[in-house]
Amino acid sequence: MPKEKASLYTVPKLKSFSAAALDNAVENMLAALGAESKKVTDEISWKLFRDRWISRNNGLLTAVNELWLKAAPKEAKRDVGQRVNELKKQVEATVEEVKASLSGSAPGSDKLDRRDPLPAKAARRGAPGSSEQIDITLPGIHRPLGAEHPVIKTMHEIVSVFRDLGYSVQEGPEIETDYYNFEALNFPPNHPARDTQDTLFIANQESKPARDRLLLRTHTSPVQIRTMATMKPPLRIVIPGKVHRNDAPDATHSPIFHQVEGLAVDASITFCDLKGTLDYAMKALFGSSVKTRFYPSFFPFTEPSADVQISCIFCGGKGYRDGGRCPNCKASGWIELLGCGMVDPNVFGFVGYDSTRVSGFAFGMGVERIAILKYGVDDIQLFYQGDVRFLEQFL
Amino acid sequence: MASGFTYKIAGEGARATQPLMKISPQWLRDFVDLQVEPRQLAEDLTLAGIAVESVSGESDRTIFETEITTNRPDAMNHYGVARECSALYNLPLKPIVPKLPAETATAADFQIEIEDKDGCARYTARIVRGVKIKDSPGSIAKRLLSVDQRPINNAADASNYTLWEMGHPTHAFDLDLLEGGKIIVRRARQGETLKTLDGVDRKLSPEDLIIADAKKPVALAGVMGGFDTMITAKTKNILIESAWFDQVAVRKSSRRHGLHTDASHRFERGADYGATSLACARVVQRITESGGGTLHGHEIDAIARRLDQAPVLLRMAEVHRILGEKLATDEVLRILRALGFDLIPEAGLETEFAVQIPSWRLDVEREIDLIEEIARLHGYDKFPNTLPDFSGAVKEAPSVGKDRKTRTTLLALGYNEAISQTFVSHEDAAQFSEATVIELANPLSDEASVMRNSMVPGMLNMLAYNLNRGSENVRLFEGGHVFAASAEKPLETTHICIGAVGNATPSAVHENGRPFSFFDIKGDIEALLNSFQHAVLTYDGDAAAYYQKGRSARALMDGRMVAQFGQINSEISAARKLRHNVFIGEVYLDKLYVHELRQPRYKPIARYPAVERDFSFIFEDSVVFDRIREAITNLGLKELRSFIPVEIFRGGSMTSGTYSLLLRARFQSNDRTLREDEVAEWSAEIVKTLEGLGGKQRA
Repeated sequence: MPKEKASLYTVPKLKSFSAAALDNAVENMLAALGAESKKVTDEISWKLFRDRWISRNNGLLTAVNELWLKAAPKEAKRDVGQRVNELKKQVEATVEEVKASLSGSAPGSDKLDRRDPLPAKAARRGAPGSSEQIDITLPGIHRPLGAEHPVIKTMHEIVSVFRDLGYSVQEGPEIETDYYNFEALNFPPNHPARDTQDTLFIANQESKPARDRLLLRTHTSPVQIRTMATMKPPLRIVIPGKVHRNDAPDATHSPIFHQVEGLAVDASITFCDLKGTLDYAMKALFGSSVKTRFYPSFFPFTEPSADVQISCIFCGGKGYRDGGRCPNCKASGWIELLGCGMVDPNVFGFVGYDSTRVSGFAFGMGVERIAILKYGVDDIQLFYQGDVRFLEQFL
Repeated sequence: MASGFTYKIAGEGARATQPLMKISPQWLRDFVDLQVEPRQLAEDLTLAGIAVESVSGESDRTIFETEITTNRPDAMNHYGVARECSALYNLPLKPIVPKLPAETATAADFQIEIEDKDGCARYTARIVRGVKIKDSPGSIAKRLLSVDQRPINNAADASNYTLWEMGHPTHAFDLDLLEGGKIIVRRARQGETLKTLDGVDRKLSPEDLIIADAKKPVALAGVMGGFDTMITAKTKNILIESAWFDQVAVRKSSRRHGLHTDASHRFERGADYGATSLACARVVQRITESGGGTLHGHEIDAIARRLDQAPVLLRMAEVHRILGEKLATDEVLRILRALGFDLIPEAGLETEFAVQIPSWRLDVEREIDLIEEIARLHGYDKFPNTLPDFSGAVKEAPSVGKDRKTRTTLLALGYNEAISQTFVSHEDAAQFSEATVIELANPLSDEASVMRNSMVPGMLNMLAYNLNRGSENVRLFEGGHVFAASAEKPLETTHICIGAVGNATPSAVHENGRPFSFFDIKGDIEALLNSFQHAVLTYDGDAAAYYQKGRSARALMDGRMVAQFGQINSEISAARKLRHNVFIGEVYLDKLYVHELRQPRYKPIARYPAVERDFSFIFEDSVVFDRIREAITNLGLKELRSFIPVEIFRGGSMTSGTYSLLLRARFQSNDRTLREDEVAEWSAEIVKTLEGLGGKQRA
């Protein structure tokens, strides 16, 4: 290729349409564009510059179309076409930029180099078309992204499964009264079932009636009562939230943790519906091959009550893997995941629902427990330390 | 087992308030001819509600560890579990028939007085004379050891064996140490004391239900016997107590004295009113079989009140309505009868029954309780899975969309989502908020004794945690509730706290990292706030005292503070050993969420070219950018699209107290190309305004 010296740049005919030859031709053209753009000083010289490059009749871009694109052999057409398009954009952008820099350099302004045409900039950044050598195997520049907390992410996932089933999100306070946390959920005063809740109590409540005394909710179930007390059936709600227990922190215990609770009440909700709903939800959360198993349990606010196990997601329910006992399900093939039951008629009594006309089910699950299973976390305290070495693993 | 829905966090079981109960399958075979393998039995029992948590040992020595829910005291013993097995496998349940020695003709010369009828419904006693106290026979000792019970002597073991066999707690007194020939069940009197079997002297409360002789308390009813009347090697004559004590009375004394015993555990949950006589006889049988002796007189059975359980109506239609499947009436009858329920068909009806509740099932009072029994023994897994019809719609809480927006914005800005403790110390609560704290009555520690009234201490702790572990570039955010006491009810509001230390951009081969600055956190706060509709958003320097003055600000949206942010006061960071510049932002969602999310609205993209003009000025330091911006805005130039600072310079050749500022105006019109003369005119106006602020245009 002949090199342009003093004479004005013209679009050369190409002898070869190889990638290298095209690279070279494009580079020469952009160099000429850069050099000429620097000579523009006013509106008149800009118009000349513009016409020379992009005039439809005899502009250099039109020549490129004729001499490069149309002349290109069939097999090179696509490559040439792309390059010509790219070139077109760059030329037009440069023309616009030069114009903009003219209007900005009015008297009274500071001197700014507004006339740095694109090819030169591109070269500095190491963009395509530049001749500067870059090592494309160097790592890219990372803008920091924040990671979702695994517990909150899991909580959102659970909630969204139930949203798809028509459940609306409800929330409630973390400081509750004895009435909402216990009494209306059919935990009578002085009942041993209360012992199992390891409740954290608010100080200085002795002067209040027992039902108004404050405590930290030990489950998200009080929101069931709050919702039913203000809404008529039918209803379907899902209740995510933080709960507290008087449990000293260690690898498997925490005074704070999260729950998602659900409640459905309608004219003809049955135990079979409860089973079907949770079976569906567990499959949505853990995969369609997961099996569920229900067995009797006791919760004061449901009757009949059940615990739900899913087939172990680590060993596929076989109880062994990698040639040994599955440690996750302790070789049982099952993992206990949630509690549930049909809403106890006494609970309906507390909220003024007629238990002869409506029935319902409720269920609840610990979010940490599910997050631990999903992500293989071995120490629950990791969730509450804000350690970026932990959190950033969930990006 | 805990009773919130989610009693397991990490799969290790709740920190048990009671130990798991051991059950020996071999012992069960005393009452039911089990053919099934122990492991299969464990599985079948679990699926019927007797949760076997572990199986250990082999064949005859197999032991189950079971977790019996609080509503099932009837199953906290071998006979009760055998009854479940009999219903489960349709096998006959053998009755317990005590073998008693002959009674002496003498009438019982001992009195039982139940003074407190609420606390004690029934008190059955027998007297055995001429007993030899010694070790229990090997077979008894072995059984007790298999369920982790330490053999003591034949009398104490007889009582304990009966508890593990049939669940009813009994107690043996040394008859000769009871004064006045009588037992009185009453509340303790002011000032009375009792040394319990564990050797502890206890002050009794007038609320404590006790057993007394004519002179003194001899047992804490249903909880523990007295030390001074216990069976010793010298004991010859014994009085056996087999009573029914009220759940709440026992629970209250058990808690008051911090004494949780096998007996109190069962009485609290409801013992079998009908079993006192049988249990008493069974203890007599065990004692006399090993220690000899004769029965003195008849059984003394004092009944203060009868615990008659009303029959419950069971309708097959209701069974179907709740469970969703039509079960055969025969199956329902079989299950309930096997569990000891008696069913009497209602006259003329085949689908309704009056059900007589056995005395050991205090938990069954209602039709729904019967339905649970039916479902549980039918097998939960035999019910088909169905999905309910639903006619409602999802109603989104108004905050859901706003939460989603703020959360995704913060994640995109590079903040990692974190969760910290809800509790703080009194000191932290006082330092970071003026809100009155809410104290815990039973805190986990002094450092966690009050509910947080600010998210800042939790965030500072998390930042320190990272710095102490070598993570130097940290960005975190946490959303959560903060709490404040008030006269009415506690105030609970939602805040977001963001925290940053280290670099704003990471250090890499391509460029050096840039330290996080005030303007980084301000930009992030601005990005967050700009998602919300508002008329004016202003900033002032009046952030709380824990922020560094001059490096912190409050954001006021339409005049109301919605956020404050900036660098943390260096004294505070030093006190927390944070040797870095720490940046914190607090966003008060309760105030921010008053505003709706900004609804984007399309504006036509300008078709005519924009014109930019730069202005280089020197200002006094007191002329802050906000004043300049306001003055220019007040010009009301319609075509002025933006007016931004481009470069700022202090020091060097500049006179101190002044600074140089390069400002850029951008003009554009939607309907025409701007003319040179009008741009010049506007530029002149801008220059004049800037000069009006005391600015000097640079040459």
